[in-house]
Parts: sequence; C-alpha cells; structure tokens
Amino acid sequence: MADLLRANRREAIALAVLLALLTVYLVTHPRGMSTYVMTIWANQCLILALAAIAQFFAVIVRGIDLSVGAVMALTNTVASYVLAGSGIGLAGGVVLVLLVGLACGLVNGILVVYGRIQPIVVTLATASVFVGLALLLRPTPGGQINYDFADAMTLDVLGVPTALIITALVIFGFWMPLRRTGLGLGLYAIGSSEQAAFQSGIQVPVIRMASFALGGLFAGLAGLYFSFVTTTGDAGIAPNFTLNAIAAVVLGGVALRGGVGSLIGAVAGAFILKTIGALMFFSGLPPLAQPFVEGLILAAAIAIGGADILRVRNRLEVFGR
Amino acid sequence: MSTRSKRLPDPDTLMPFAGAIVMILGGSLFFPQILGLGYLGQQLQIASFLGVIAMGATVVILLGHIDLSVPWIVGGAAILSTSLAGTGDPVLTALAIPAALVFGAIIGLINGFGVAILRIPSMVWTLAVNSMLLGLAVLNTGGFNPKGEASATMIWMASGTVGGIPTAFALWMLLTALLALFLGRTGFGRYLSSIGYNEKATFLSGVSTPSVIFAAFAIAGLCSAFGGVLLAGYANQAYQSMGDPYLLPTIAAVVIGGTSILGGRGRLLGTVGGVLFITLLTSILSVMQISNAWRSIIFGVIIIVMLLIQTLRRKES
Repeated sequence: MADLLRANRREAIALAVLLALLTVYLVTHPRGMSTYVMTIWANQCLILALAAIAQFFAVIVRGIDLSVGAVMALTNTVASYVLAGSGIGLAGGVVLVLLVGLACGLVNGILVVYGRIQPIVVTLATASVFVGLALLLRPTPGGQINYDFADAMTLDVLGVPTALIITALVIFGFWMPLRRTGLGLGLYAIGSSEQAAFQSGIQVPVIRMASFALGGLFAGLAGLYFSFVTTTGDAGIAPNFTLNAIAAVVLGGVALRGGVGSLIGAVAGAFILKTIGALMFFSGLPPLAQPFVEGLILAAAIAIGGADILRVRNRLEVFGR
Repeated sequence: MSTRSKRLPDPDTLMPFAGAIVMILGGSLFFPQILGLGYLGQQLQIASFLGVIAMGATVVILLGHIDLSVPWIVGGAAILSTSLAGTGDPVLTALAIPAALVFGAIIGLINGFGVAILRIPSMVWTLAVNSMLLGLAVLNTGGFNPKGEASATMIWMASGTVGGIPTAFALWMLLTALLALFLGRTGFGRYLSSIGYNEKATFLSGVSTPSVIFAAFAIAGLCSAFGGVLLAGYANQAYQSMGDPYLLPTIAAVVIGGTSILGGRGRLLGTVGGVLFITLLTSILSVMQISNAWRSIIFGVIIIVMLLIQTLRRKES
C-alpha cells in the first residue's frame, strides 16, 4: 500500500485535493448532497476531463495540443447535425462524430511526424482550420440532439451520475489496460527520451501518430459529450477548453516536459478545476471578485503542482529537467 | 548564430517578406487598389500593433519560453492608460503612457519570477497570470467596457503620421531597430539564444540565467503594454478582451519569421516579415470579402504551408 502510494504520489495528491474540494462543495451547496447536484457537477467535470485526456496524450510525449478546443467545437457542430435521429441513424452519427475527432488528430500527427513541425505550432494552425470548419457548419449556435439519448448520457443510473460511470469506464476499461500494452509503455518512453526510445527499437513515428490519434479521438469524445450536455452546436467554444485542458493536466501532476503523470491525474486535475469554479459560485464572494479569486487559486495550484523547484535535490538538477 | 549569418539575412528570415510581396502582387491582380499608397500605408499602421507585441514575444521565444499573458497585458495597459487619460487631469493624462508601460514591465517581472525562480513551465504560469489579470480587470470595471478615452499623444502615436509615414509604423521600426541593436551588441542577446539552446550549459558558464529570464519577460511585458497603448489610441477606448485576437497571430508571426519555437535560433527581422505577412494575409482575405469561416481555414492552411516549406528547405540543405 505504501509502495503503491509512493509510486502514484502525484495522482494520490490530486485525488486527495479533489475529495477535500468536493466535500467543501457539497457542504456549502444549498441543496446539499443529492443526485441532482452530483449529476450537474459530474457532467461539467467530465467534459473538461475528456478534453484534459486529449491534452494528456499530447503532453505525455512531450508535445502540446492547442487544437483540443477547436476539435471539440468541430465535433460539437457536426454532432448538432447528425445526432437528431434515433436508432441506427443515431449510432452512425456518434461514430461519425468520433471519426471526425480521430481524423483531426491524425492530421495533427501527420504534420508533426512527417512534416517535422513542432506540435505547438502545428496545432495552433490546425486549430484555426478546425474552428473555420466548425463556423462553416454553424455560423450561429443551433441544431439539436436527440433529447432522450442526451438525457440517458447526462442523468443518472440508479442514483449514480452517468458521467461518473463513464469516467470510471475510461479509467478502468481503457487506461489501465492501455498502460500495460506496448503503446502505453512507448508513450512514456518517447516522453522521457525520444532518442533512448528510438535506440531501444520503439517505433517512434507510429507511437507518436497513435498518441495524436488518441488525442483527437478524446477531443471528439469531449465535443460529443458537450453536445449531450448542451444539446446544441456552437462553434465558439474552442479557446476556453484548450487553455483549461492545459491547466487541468498540470494540476493533475502531468509534467509538460513529457513522460511523467498519468491519465488518472489529468482526469483528477480537470475535476479539481471545475470544482473550484463551482465552489466559487456558492462561496458568497461578490460575483465580480470571483474570476480574480479563481485565477489566484489556479495560479497557486499550478505553482505548487508544476514548480520543479520543490522537487530538486541540487541546484543543477533544476536545469536538467 | 555565426557572425556570417548575422550579416546576411538567411532564407528563413526573407521568406515571409517574399510571401508578403507575392500576396500584394497576387491580390492586386484582382483588386488594383491594393497597390495604392493609401491601402499599403494603412496596412503598415495596423501591422505596427501586432508588430510591437510580436517583438517582445520574439525575445521570450528565443529564450525557449512562451508568454501567454499577452492578451491581458494588452487589455490591462489599454484600460489603465485610457482611464488615466479619461480623467481629464493634465498630470494624470501625462502619466497614462508611462503608467501602462510600468504595468507591463511589472507583469513581465511576475512572469519571470514564476519561470526563473519557481521553475514553473512558462506555458502554464503565464496562462495563470493572464487569468488573474482578467479577474482584476473584471473586478475593476465591473464587467462593463471601461470608461475613459485616449490622450492626444496616444491618438497621435496610433493614428497620426510623421513625414508622410504612419507614426505607429515609425515607432515600431525604431523600437525594433533599438532592440535588435541591443540584442546584437550586448551579452544579453547572446545569453538569450544560448539559454534557448542549452540553459544548463549557459548557467555553468557563469551566466546569471535567472536575471536574463527576468529581463526577457520584462521586455515582453513592456512591448505588450505598449501594443495595448497603441491599440487604445487607435480605438480611442479600451474594451474587454481587446487583447485576445493578438495572442495566436503573435506566435504565428514569430514562428513564420523563422524563429524556432524551441528557442535559440531566430531574428527580429524575421518577426517583422512574419507580422507584415500575417497582417496582409488577414487584410487581403477580408478585402476579398471571404467569410470568417473561410478566412480562418485559409489562415491556418497558409501558416502550415509556410512552415512546411521551411522544414523541407532545411532538410535539403
């Protein structure tokens, strides 16, 4: 148990902070702990968590993805056209939305791997393209989603918010197995040292492509889930989510220099960030002061979670990281 | 950076200039008025706002860092200067520009503190600083557009002309020349690129790397604040999120100008080209009355094409 804690120190801290924040939130919330409160909270958290996972796959291989929000906007606008039906049509629509996300990720990956351009610059440019496409589809917010299906995805199952079930599925059904595969190992290897990974026979280009593809897929999932929550398509959601996703992964203990952290941390970071925002709402602070306090808390959390100075053993190690 | 490459502009630096000229000539085939002095002069004036901000961003990117607090340094400086000038008090009006510049420098130092001392990745620290500035602005203005107006000096700097050329453009060129001279002739410029290449080695050679990082972020803050003052003078007011449209074009302009986003390699002249290129691209796309959506798509595609040309050329040589 002690070893397990030590090995996952970053995730353990993030989870502890999250539990503390959630307790405060539920205690201060005027309606207290109820399925309704938990569902609304979990839905908001899951959207950002999926975006943070998309960012995680870029960051873990020492990249950064500035197009997460843009892919969300594009998939959200696509969803607002194809998710209105029912039955097979609806299922096809979901697949189509996810394929769009995957395709966006692959475009980023191809430009990074074969175009040899830095991820931050590639995704900056592709984000502009994706937002443009989203604007073509929905110049103004609109469209609709099948309400029954959206409800099923955003309400609760036997009192447990569906969003939390999806979160558990992603962590235990997707991440835990993936971490043990060659791909999961390769992600960390490339993030720690691309050269060493290459020399150990890891197929760096393939894994890098896979990480961008997974990132695109999860950004697509985030856009899809956003569609379920809002039930409309809106091309203007990009900037907020991109930056918050970066903040979330850092809060969750994922190092921007790559190779450190886990998907669980990214999810926890996203939940923490959203819970802080929700706490602000009921905190009794004057509304005008809330953005500032939120920024202050964010800065403090990032300073503690991201500061390398707190973990160095000697002065030179600061530079080596 | 060898002595030779310092004298002769390399292809990376010249490419955006060539691109800008191609765009002017290509655009003039469809819209002859593009070649007119009035249009080009106006483009130089508009380019100056982005140019001044991108100048500071180049310094930080050379260092291997990034400054995401640009939007609210620009916005904050604009709000501060217009509200000081809007009081009508001659002393406060005179203080409008210096106060905004000091504001920018202080935020730059805060950025530098997080990056150099706390060793937080610049990408998240400056992002956090940006959101705090946003919060401060909301707190101060109540979420409405702040009251106030630009002083006569600010309006002259942004919209006036000096000897036939726009004042803003003259200021941009003057500042770029001064900064280029400063980077070229002092140790600071060399330390900047060498930290971008290898911070550990630079530290071990006895350079006080934290002070270089502090100075670089302070310069970037100053430039962003000056950009904010110019923008406020141009619009004769400050408004919420007026700096937001400047963050990504700034980074794009610096990178198109041949500066490596990883730091260590790049030149201010390239950034000037990148700024002209991006301003012309945006302007010609809007002259052609293309919808916002297509403008955004074409913008992204052209940036990718420019970068692909850069990397392909480097692979061959």
